[in-house]
Amino acid sequence: MTETRKGLGSTTVPKLSVKEHAAPGESPTVITVNKLDVHYGTFCAVRGVSMKIKENRVTAFIGPSGCGKSTVLRCFNRMNVLIPGARVTGEINFFGQDLYAAEVDPTEMRSRVGMVFQKPNPFPKSIYDNVAFGLKVNGYTGNYPDAVERSLKRAALWGEVKDRLKENALQLSGGQQQRLCIARALAPEPEVLLMDEPASALDPISTLAIEQLINDLCTDVSIIIVTHNMQQAARVSHETAFFMVDDDRAGYLVEFDDTSNIFTNPNDERTEAYITGRFS
Amino acid sequence: MLRSEFHADLQKLQDDLLNLGSMVEKATIKAIDALKTRDLPLSRQVIEEDDVIDDIRYEIEARCEDLIAKQQPLATDLRLIIAIMHIVGELERMGDYAEGVAKISLAMGDEAPLKPLIDIPRMAQKASLMTRQSLDALVERDVDLAITVAESDDEVDALYDQIFRELVTFMIEDPRTIQRATYLLWVAHDLERIADRATNIAERVVYLVTGELSKLKEIFP
Amino acid sequence: MRSPSSFNHHLGRRKILGSIALVVFMSSVVVGILGLVVLLAQVLFQGLEWLSPELIFNFPSRHPEQAGLKAAIFGTLWLMGLTAAFTVPVGVGAAIYLEEYATENWLTRLIEVNIANLAGVPSIVYGLLGLALFVQLLSLGRSVLAGALTMSLLVLPIVILASREAIKAVPETYRQAAFALGATKWEVVRSVVLPSAYPGVLTGIILAMSRAIGETAPVIAISALVYLTFVPQNPLDRFTVLPIQIFNWIARPQEDFRGLAAGGIIVLLIVLLSMNALAVFLRNRYQKQSVE
Repeated sequence: MTETRKGLGSTTVPKLSVKEHAAPGESPTVITVNKLDVHYGTFCAVRGVSMKIKENRVTAFIGPSGCGKSTVLRCFNRMNVLIPGARVTGEINFFGQDLYAAEVDPTEMRSRVGMVFQKPNPFPKSIYDNVAFGLKVNGYTGNYPDAVERSLKRAALWGEVKDRLKENALQLSGGQQQRLCIARALAPEPEVLLMDEPASALDPISTLAIEQLINDLCTDVSIIIVTHNMQQAARVSHETAFFMVDDDRAGYLVEFDDTSNIFTNPNDERTEAYITGRFS
Repeated sequence: MLRSEFHADLQKLQDDLLNLGSMVEKATIKAIDALKTRDLPLSRQVIEEDDVIDDIRYEIEARCEDLIAKQQPLATDLRLIIAIMHIVGELERMGDYAEGVAKISLAMGDEAPLKPLIDIPRMAQKASLMTRQSLDALVERDVDLAITVAESDDEVDALYDQIFRELVTFMIEDPRTIQRATYLLWVAHDLERIADRATNIAERVVYLVTGELSKLKEIFP
Repeated sequence: MRSPSSFNHHLGRRKILGSIALVVFMSSVVVGILGLVVLLAQVLFQGLEWLSPELIFNFPSRHPEQAGLKAAIFGTLWLMGLTAAFTVPVGVGAAIYLEEYATENWLTRLIEVNIANLAGVPSIVYGLLGLALFVQLLSLGRSVLAGALTMSLLVLPIVILASREAIKAVPETYRQAAFALGATKWEVVRSVVLPSAYPGVLTGIILAMSRAIGETAPVIAISALVYLTFVPQNPLDRFTVLPIQIFNWIARPQEDFRGLAAGGIIVLLIVLLSMNALAVFLRNRYQKQSVE
């Protein structure tokens, strides 16, 4: 049975009900990856990745630099294709629908899979206009101030900015700016939120605030977070994927399991070596 | 609040530890009551319930490991988790001692005890109280209460010496009483060990609060 | 343990070199400013007495007391207006296309190289080009429209280069964020790139107009007139500009006309400074909001 998503106009990606496919007691899958390869020109950046991302859970991607975790992340909202010469092969399914199918429009799909970047990058506009941007481009038909307030509340920023919505966003502190970027990404009400090292440019307290936010958000958004910081992955995620890079500098998936298992008793010795720092 | 889930998990871990503590306390009391009143079914119950205590001990340890791996606790949080891991081991052993008393009760079967049990129940009461107090000290982070537990251990040791001398006297006077006296000696020994373990728990409480781990007598002579 | 003899600090010498460098740089500033100050002082000295309503509102005349810049002022304004009207959309549009839409290939690289070269072509060449293309081929005559089109060609490279730099300077991360929110390419350019690039683009336009207002050679080639007693009524009218009028006065033998010329220079400077001030004001208003 399919239902079309309401709220942001018509959609070309029908939402399949996945409850009949999930095993009883198991969280349903939101994104399925099957033998994903990513090439930039002739260079293979990522090879043979297959995984199932669970709905309304936090999934972390960890691994050494250059192992392709950000590359894989950017496949989930087709941002990779903005890089000239990028080629994605394999299958990525979003609620059962092939993300790279010809009839799927990347622009529309990006309103359902949002992204938060490493360095906070609010637009040099007012706080209100930042959050409203996603509503405007996606043709939101509801009440704008309400939606902006909702997003800012979800990002735990409303209390700090409600009296200065017209102020320029760049006046905020780093941690506040990043929460603003999260509010901005949440405004189109995406089902998945991709976070590419969201806290690596922030101080420790702001980092913890972002982690708390991720914890609170994951009840209605599926979150995939790429992080350099293993401890952060351990604190914040339900499942962790460990990537590595082979001799040809292509990234691949080593292990994907519950976070508890990965950090207390991983299956693969490469995972253990990386996590314990015995990694050359 | 930041890290709210972690702190909730930590609180739940402590609560479950306290539940285990009260299970152990009840087991001790039930085992001695069964001994006194020759209630064999009650003794059997104590023996069965020790399996539950063991399972909970492993479960709490696994959760401690999980929290350490995932949350990298520091300072008081770290000491709390370490304290919980040790205390849960102590409680499990105390449960085993209670089980031991129950087994002795079964071994005695229909036999009457050698003498009216006065000092042994007193030991048991003290040991139970010490158990409860050591766990209260944990909840309240009360160093003074922990010291009280250490002081009580001296009384329990004194009682044990007294019972030991009394029972040895019995055995010397009448060798036919050796088996029954030995049973009671074992029971007293188990109770004395329970009290020792409660003292260990109290030491852990002091460690939790002050960061110092040592025999309580050395810190507070 | 560090042995003291392995380092020769030569502190005295190094500090003296630093002081010499400071003196040299300061002198450069002084020399530059001094030259400017001397120039302005001389102009003011000569021309201040000739500043009067007649200077502004009268047409040129053989009599110095009655000569004025009205035709030149209006001609300059018409020329600047029309030039801006052509240059801004074409220049900014070309910059947007080259930076945001064009793919990197031999053709775009060729275009880039040539735009940079065009900026260095002597302005008289543009004048001759304009004469041939606009005045004669397109039969626009010696009109202010032809002049504006010629000036556009002259200053277009400046606008394109400055706009491209401004657009290049917009952090890529803004574009990424906009795309990730589901914006189309045009929406990204319109609502994120252009507002950020606005100060730089405006700077480019200021530079271009400042150059256009002073370039005399192409205007002489197009307009060829130096003695005009009317103001342009429509784009196809003939015209003159301030530099030409000033040049005309300087060439006269009478002493008074030198003073008039100086007065004209002051007027020209005032117009130039006002234009710059306006643009700087506009730029600052936007830049306050873009402070990183």
